[in-house]
Amino acid sequence: MNRYPLWKYLLVLAALLAGLIYTLPNFYGESPAVQVSPLRASLKADGALLERVSNVLKSAGVNPEVVALDGNSVKARFADTDNQLKAKDVLAAQLGDDYMVALNLLSRSPQWLTGLNALPMYLGLDLRGGVHFLLQVDMKSALGKALEATTGDIRSTLREQKIAYSGVSREGDALLVKFRDAEARSKGEAEIKQRFADYVLNAKEADGEFILQATLKPEAERRIQDSAVQQNLLTLRNRVNELGVAEPVIQQQGVDRVVVQLPGVQDTARAKDILGRTATLEVRMVDEERQAVPGAAAPFGTDMFKDREGNLLLVKKQVILTGERINDAQPGFDNRTNEPAVHINLDGVGARKFKEATRENVGKRMAIILFEKGRGEIVTAPVIREEIGGGRVQISGQMNTVEAQDTALLLRAGALAAPMEIIEERTVGPSLGAENIKRGFDSTKIGFIMIAVFMIAYYLMFGTISVLALGANLLLLVALLSMLQATLTLPGMAGIALTLGMAIDANVLINERIREELRNGVTPQAAIHAGYDRAFGTILDSNITTLIAGIALFMFGSGPIKGFAVVLCLGILTSMFSAIMVSRAMVNIIYGSKARLTKVAIG
Amino acid sequence: MEFFKIKKDIPFMSYGKITTSISLVTFLLAVFFLATKGLNFGIDFTGGTVVEVHYVQPADLVKVREQLAAADMHDALVQNFGSSHDVLIQVPPKQNIAGAKLSEMVMDSLRKQDAGVEMRRVEFVGPQVGKDLVENGALALLLVSLGIIGYLWLRFEWKFGLAAIIANLHDVVIILGFFSFFQWEFSLSVLAAVLAVLGYSVNESVVVFDRIRENFRNMRKADVAEIIDNAITRTMSRTIITHGSTQMMVGAMLLLGGETLHYFAMALTIGIMFSIYSSVLVASPLLMVFGVSREDFIKPEKTEAEEVLP
Repeated sequence: MNRYPLWKYLLVLAALLAGLIYTLPNFYGESPAVQVSPLRASLKADGALLERVSNVLKSAGVNPEVVALDGNSVKARFADTDNQLKAKDVLAAQLGDDYMVALNLLSRSPQWLTGLNALPMYLGLDLRGGVHFLLQVDMKSALGKALEATTGDIRSTLREQKIAYSGVSREGDALLVKFRDAEARSKGEAEIKQRFADYVLNAKEADGEFILQATLKPEAERRIQDSAVQQNLLTLRNRVNELGVAEPVIQQQGVDRVVVQLPGVQDTARAKDILGRTATLEVRMVDEERQAVPGAAAPFGTDMFKDREGNLLLVKKQVILTGERINDAQPGFDNRTNEPAVHINLDGVGARKFKEATRENVGKRMAIILFEKGRGEIVTAPVIREEIGGGRVQISGQMNTVEAQDTALLLRAGALAAPMEIIEERTVGPSLGAENIKRGFDSTKIGFIMIAVFMIAYYLMFGTISVLALGANLLLLVALLSMLQATLTLPGMAGIALTLGMAIDANVLINERIREELRNGVTPQAAIHAGYDRAFGTILDSNITTLIAGIALFMFGSGPIKGFAVVLCLGILTSMFSAIMVSRAMVNIIYGSKARLTKVAIG
Repeated sequence: MEFFKIKKDIPFMSYGKITTSISLVTFLLAVFFLATKGLNFGIDFTGGTVVEVHYVQPADLVKVREQLAAADMHDALVQNFGSSHDVLIQVPPKQNIAGAKLSEMVMDSLRKQDAGVEMRRVEFVGPQVGKDLVENGALALLLVSLGIIGYLWLRFEWKFGLAAIIANLHDVVIILGFFSFFQWEFSLSVLAAVLAVLGYSVNESVVVFDRIRENFRNMRKADVAEIIDNAITRTMSRTIITHGSTQMMVGAMLLLGGETLHYFAMALTIGIMFSIYSSVLVASPLLMVFGVSREDFIKPEKTEAEEVLP
């Protein structure tokens, strides 16, 4: 009665074998490596790049252990950090600006394991060291911007269609378009309805004026917010590339938040500086008719900003271009005067808008304003000499080389669609990370040994089987975590220890049941059978309640706690398998075939 | 080896009055401390900045405090963390400074004093994140409670679900009471431990309930109190050994896991201790109070006479 069909033995064996293979990479450790990834979408990491990297390294006399293609990057592994740093310098110098060269760690596990997709567990920032940021996107300002842009568009539409209106203004979340009579308003309404499908229109009369109130439809609002977050994600990716981080994580979290994780980054000040640079860029016309008065409020329709020298300038509210229209910006020199300059390349829409604006405003001044943390500063306000088409713009004057480089960097990294603020930071130094790994590992090890000693002393052979099953549980859990590449955090390691401590419960239940049956005078074979059979329902019930807690933690937990929840849930699954199937298979092999079993070693 | 050779069932149910008053007193004490002292919420929930630094030589806390006060951070809390070389600095949220900048200011000012100071960890949580975490924590607690009641209702009966969840929420309140009394820091990981305890200690009740159900079927002549006594007595060995094993793991974490895991393991330890008590001596008397009976499990069978009727 205590025999498994062959397939069950094979299933257990296969699971253990798979567990062993996928756990194995965790034992090889990691070596310093250099990662080369292309920065432009047009460039690919391919065989050619691989060869180029190898050649550069060879000619510099740095010998990598392995150079391999991995995803969209080439990784070279070295024996020590000296070689790694040397290689990084050489590669960065030789490959130029088109590639990012970053320091990384690479598993030393052999090729055949990597070929099976068996990778070591993915360590969280609290174990490997690094920075975690949570950024909040200011949605109000994203919507405000959209409304501001529409104000200008409505004006030009009405002007084009020769519909008389007396004003377009923004009031809170609504745009108010004012007309002198009802006829003009109905014409305007038809026109606006057709062109601005995102808005709900509402006609009303006040103070003898015929007003059209336009508010954004909820779905349009959502779309604008969504694209603002997307734009910010893209910009953050560009900025992080500048930092040269090997495996950054940049993800949207919830509706309006972005998570940035930079493993291994030490210089948090610089990281924060580059990420937190909530710069947005706008191109607007300078109001030439009025003079800025220090201390006074800016006249209607204008804003007052300082330029780099501290002079006040009045700038019109209407925005010609925003930073998102900029494709590329490079520092360089003016062809004619040889002054430092910034060359800007605009996208199609940007080029068209820029052409229109420059055509209508020759001889006037145009201001490029940089907004940082809600404060605008005029980077430069050059005079438009002629119509500029083709989307190639050059800004020069009052700049030295360093300033030109800075400005270009800011423009290139792209402006954010909406400002962002760091609302959470978790930085762990590398030494603490290594210590955390050691602590987590040590407590699991000591706990496991204590349980093993106790179980074997208390339940003899059945205790030994329980401990082996618990070992199988650990093996399968680590294998599963490696396979899924779930992030292992310190709470996650605590979760591993805790699941092991809890998993032994199933075996204790079974063993106690067997003892009880034996005490009631049942034959050993029948007692084993009944023990496993009766305990099963209880094991299932008690594990499901823990699973409920694990799932709730996963749904509502954040960061490291999520890691704990993942381990808890997976651990319950593996412990059910190992405590019931694996231990039963062992019991069956040892006792199951003996027909006249009179005594079992259960203490 | 066998620790528990109990020949006769222990009449747990007749101790009902004593055990109920013990748990009532601990529970009320916990509630009292929670009400008067409150929880010492960590920055996960309150928002603020924590910087952990490491000095090569034992750190001079007075000097660190002076240095920070000179940098206009008078309200910084400076204390040793784990060893005399490690210092933990807590700065409450400031009105006019963007939170993320604060940690830089702390590090800059410490470096001025001793260039060899090493940054070990920085945590900054903005107030809006803290608020979210409190909400999510409460939601998770609610969801776990409802999930467990629902599951036990499905598997047993509503009386069991209710008895188990009351017993285990009683554990949760007592854990919180301990954290309140000693003013230990209540962080996100402690919350995770509390929720894990909730899921884990329900196990205990489930095992006893399973036995009770079985006994209702097998012990036809016994009354309810006898049935429950028998179920508790016979599962006691398993209860102690299981919790002892789990506690070995948790104890290893408590002693070796370092500061980060310390309170996590502490919450688990208290939870494990009280869950033994509560699932046996709170949940089961509650079952009696709710009036559990044989009929809850054994549906009255149809008589054969009914079937032959035309």
